Amino acid sequence: MNELLQSAVLTALLSGGLAAAIPLMFVGLGEQIAERAGVLNIGIEGMMLFGAYWGFVAAYYGNSIWLGFLAGMAGGAALSLIMVLLCIRLGLDQIVVGIAITVASEGVTSVLYYAQLGSTRPRLGAAPTIAIPLLSSIPILGSSVFTQPLAVYLGIVLVMVLGWVFRSTNIGLNIHAAGEKPAALDAAGVSVVATRSWSELAAGALFGLGGAYLSVVTAGVFVRFMTHGEGYIGLVLAMLARGRPVWVLIGAVLFGLSLALQDTLQLARVTIPSDLIFMLPYVVVMLTLVIFARRSYLPPALALPYVRGQR
Amino acid sequence: MSQNPASTSQPAAADVPAVELIGITKRFPGVVANDDVSLAVRHGEVHCLLGENGAGKSTLMSILSGMLSPDAGRIRIDGREVRIDAPQRALELGIGMVYQHSMLIPALTVLENLMLGESRGLRLPIEEARRRFEELSATLGVQIEPRTVTADLALGQQQQVEIIKALWRGSRVLILDEPTSMLTPQGVADLQKVLVRLKESGVACIFITHKLHEALAIGDRVSILKQGRVAGTIDEQTMHTRSHHELQSMIVRMMFGDEARAVSGVAELEDETVGHRARHVPDAPPLLELDGVSARGEGHGTGIHGISLAIRPGEIVGIAGVDGNGQRELADAIAGQIGLTGGEIRFEGRAINRLSVAARQALGIRYITDDRLGEGIVPSLSVALNLVLKQIGREPFWRRGQIQMGAINRGARELVGRFDVRTPGVGARIGTLSGGNIQKVLLARDLASEPRVVIFHKPTQGLDIKTTRWVRQLIRTQAEAGVSTLVISTDLDEILELCDRVGVLFRGRLAGIVENGPDAARRIGELMIGGQAA
Amino acid sequence: MIDLADAATASPAKRIAPHRSRISRPLEVLIRSVGPVLLALIAGGILLLALGRNPISFYGDIYSGGILQSAWQDSVMRTAPLLLIASGLILIFRANIWNLGYDGQFLLAATVIAGIGPGLDLRLPTWLTLIVLFVVAAVVGGLWTLIPALLKARYGVNEIITTLMMSFIGISLANVLIKGPFQDFSRNTPQTPTLPLNAMLPSIPGTGTPNVPGTGVHIGILIALAVTLAVHYVLTRTSFGLKLQVLGANQRTAAHVGLNVPRLIITAFLLSGALVGLAAAVEILGIWGYVRADWNPAFGDAVIPFVFLARLNALAVIPFVAFYAVLSIGGDYATQNAGLPVDFLLVLVGLILLFMTITEYVGRRRDLGASYLTDGLREAVGRKQDV
Repeated sequence: MNELLQSAVLTALLSGGLAAAIPLMFVGLGEQIAERAGVLNIGIEGMMLFGAYWGFVAAYYGNSIWLGFLAGMAGGAALSLIMVLLCIRLGLDQIVVGIAITVASEGVTSVLYYAQLGSTRPRLGAAPTIAIPLLSSIPILGSSVFTQPLAVYLGIVLVMVLGWVFRSTNIGLNIHAAGEKPAALDAAGVSVVATRSWSELAAGALFGLGGAYLSVVTAGVFVRFMTHGEGYIGLVLAMLARGRPVWVLIGAVLFGLSLALQDTLQLARVTIPSDLIFMLPYVVVMLTLVIFARRSYLPPALALPYVRGQR
Repeated sequence: MSQNPASTSQPAAADVPAVELIGITKRFPGVVANDDVSLAVRHGEVHCLLGENGAGKSTLMSILSGMLSPDAGRIRIDGREVRIDAPQRALELGIGMVYQHSMLIPALTVLENLMLGESRGLRLPIEEARRRFEELSATLGVQIEPRTVTADLALGQQQQVEIIKALWRGSRVLILDEPTSMLTPQGVADLQKVLVRLKESGVACIFITHKLHEALAIGDRVSILKQGRVAGTIDEQTMHTRSHHELQSMIVRMMFGDEARAVSGVAELEDETVGHRARHVPDAPPLLELDGVSARGEGHGTGIHGISLAIRPGEIVGIAGVDGNGQRELADAIAGQIGLTGGEIRFEGRAINRLSVAARQALGIRYITDDRLGEGIVPSLSVALNLVLKQIGREPFWRRGQIQMGAINRGARELVGRFDVRTPGVGARIGTLSGGNIQKVLLARDLASEPRVVIFHKPTQGLDIKTTRWVRQLIRTQAEAGVSTLVISTDLDEILELCDRVGVLFRGRLAGIVENGPDAARRIGELMIGGQAA
Repeated sequence: MIDLADAATASPAKRIAPHRSRISRPLEVLIRSVGPVLLALIAGGILLLALGRNPISFYGDIYSGGILQSAWQDSVMRTAPLLLIASGLILIFRANIWNLGYDGQFLLAATVIAGIGPGLDLRLPTWLTLIVLFVVAAVVGGLWTLIPALLKARYGVNEIITTLMMSFIGISLANVLIKGPFQDFSRNTPQTPTLPLNAMLPSIPGTGTPNVPGTGVHIGILIALAVTLAVHYVLTRTSFGLKLQVLGANQRTAAHVGLNVPRLIITAFLLSGALVGLAAAVEILGIWGYVRADWNPAFGDAVIPFVFLARLNALAVIPFVAFYAVLSIGGDYATQNAGLPVDFLLVLVGLILLFMTITEYVGRRRDLGASYLTDGLREAVGRKQDV
């Protein structure tokens, strides 16, 4: 027990937790935008993985984590384009297409990695961090929470910007309407398809960004199927956050901590089978769903394609 | 910037109509909804479009508002020929529409609903919108707090917001599609006042209705649509010079031609020729009793509180009230689809609170739902299967779990014949049948097998005149046979025609029970808006 | 908004026409079923070219690796678990419920019977052991759906997430069991002890070398076919099947007509999980005899597109599943030859799903027949109360 409380362990837990939380946060924010507009992304896992792969490849060959982030965003957006074309424009089933995207992405990334980097299996170095002056001198919190790569601070800014967008902009209101009652948005003269399409592309970019952060910063390596359900955790975050981006951040930290627990417990030399710890985030998700089931809110028009002139 | 209709300074050239529809035709698979329809509406007039359900009124207005495009025909606004291919275009042309089914988003505030789609640019123009709202509210004599969540407004107020939204950009043409279907009598009066003020400011109003008395009361001119065609127009001259009775006969003749005798259709005529005959209900102990029944509503629903009611065999009790005051919860509670939070329901004296839906059906309690497609039938299954949907697993349709299609088909054919269901065959997918025939299937399913208590929820909604009369007659016949009948309806005429006693639901409580009689309509109206029964 | 319906009653001549297809039925069936697969194979071929591999020899390898010589026997044996999982998915998809937790259900069932199997075999005659293990596998598979089932039945919690989460938990739990109480420590890599060959499923007489256990086609395929036929019968000819169909079309309608919706949901889940468990039994008791850690053949993911292509019909799914069995057995060989990971098959599966949705769209536009999905399955998440 003493070991657990040692500052080194706590620091490791916090940094590891945050490192694991950031991908979840990006992914959760993306799904929040999409879901608010009425699109359900079962393909979230596949898009995140796609971003993880291309992000890693770009960061490795281009020697820059920002190139990796950009590539990840492009990759995620590319797959979300499939959702835009098939589901939003043509009205095909969002769940089936989502499953297809995830399965295909798992296959493609595994094959590409194997073909491209299978023999070398490179690792990336640690990402450069920025220490916030003053705050980063606080013991434990300082070196973990307040010394993070730039992307993290930008991500937190994104949370606040997104909240403002939802509340006080035209596009935010349109997105809200598209998910609640698309016929009303149409009657008001705004294109439901366009609103949902842009929301979905933004979401896809964020999914890819989350994946890229996972492979480039958090893990420093790409492994087949590496997202391992984190995309779905992002889905849960969006469902429970009730339209407030801040809750996505809080939830992401919670789940990130449970993801980081494995390494931390090993560090603290607590012996629990690693597989049990591996289960932990998913058990936490289940518990959260059970406890907060009533408090979640899904837009009425979620996953239903909009066709004008029909009821 | 948008123009306040109250401060308009330029009436259009006096003779040029605000809106002209010329030769509009619209076809759907198997149906011609609009057949070469021509119509002209002037500035500052209320033009009523009258016709029964299915006559093509809503289709026509959907074309005018940009939701649908016509297969043939032209549209002129203020004399200029235009093409309206999207709602956006209609809005630009100054056409505002208040749809029959609300186009407001319940979860948004009033102001948010009004700002939706109204400005370009990044930020929401909250201050400007607030000012515009105050302007329009003053013009129309409306009092609503703009930050209220729309779902929390009363239906009449929601409609006022819809009218404001329709006028937001200074519309010169306002279309109202069956606006009074959800209103109390007081609400209808308020709407009329608003329309008068709109007329005075030069707005051209098109008022769609299937109620003859409304058309005559509100309209300056009335056009009659029958089966997709314009059967005739009554101009102001005629409206002012002829008597109410004469106008009615003219309209009925236009709507039904020489069948007028045989069909004797529209609501008023019913009152005069059929009306409510006082019935003799045998004095027996009530079959169904509700004793202080309370249940929770789902989502935004009001739920019901402390409802006490008793229905004797052969009695027809009506439940009147504006939609959303607990009607659904009441029906669901009696049927067993939701549980009670208080009180007791008794059948033949025995409490049935704990019985499941299936068990209550076995006792003879039947529920004909208003939500035919969303609750009553499975559209993808055949007529025959839908007819036995409440008896899955039971003999003779299933033996030891195995389906007996022969017995099912035979039973279905018999019912289809008895209840006059028009269908290509009992194996046809029920989703392809018309609303009226689907309703007949629902009735056949529940009424053919010895009902004791039947709840009818909006039994004639959306049905044409012939079927409506048929259904009402069926309700009477069933009651004669000793069935305890509950009729829940927002159609006051229907309630008054059928029921012996009428209870009024207001905010989930029974505001009062009124004996049917000459005074009933007024007393019910008072109860509906929360007054006390006189 | 548009109440045309009554125009029809008013005038019989204007009645809505019944649905009619523009092309002949057999052709329609062919296009709908085979089209997406062909398109996926072509697209897969293009991807192979992009990776510098020869598509013709790749697909040729699939054929030879899946059918020629005695490979067809492996394909037949692979069909068995796939078919059972397909039946389980068809049953529950018909009820408009997404059971996506098949991986966890499969692995847990496999692990448990692999763990207790050898011990049982020492105490009971083989035939009894096998029966008991089949039952245990079905029970484990079914029980692993219980939590998502209860959450959905009682609180309307969305089952897509809960079954997925339980799957991840189940996979980890299986590993814990394999590395823990069920481990065979005499081996280098963590795995359960191995069932002796004569304690596993017997072969179909006439296949394989007589009196040499472990050769030929095991009877798993017969079990799978029998169960699939039974599932088909139940779904199409019994009251339970109709109840599932009504539930699948609309949960509110199901409640309105008097069905016990929560009980139906739970029953559907349990049966679905049980069938997945049976698949595990057939695979472990027919082929492997043991389970090693970190093993996941992901049969469920592979079978999903075919379940939809067959329009949720358990009979129709048989040829599709057989086709995929050949594809996967042959694929093991072909991907190895081409120097690709076996995950390449996942790409083909994903492409089949994608093309299936596109074919459905084209089919709807050009009147090629009704949709793949039940009305209700599409709207599984769209309800207000669900999480």
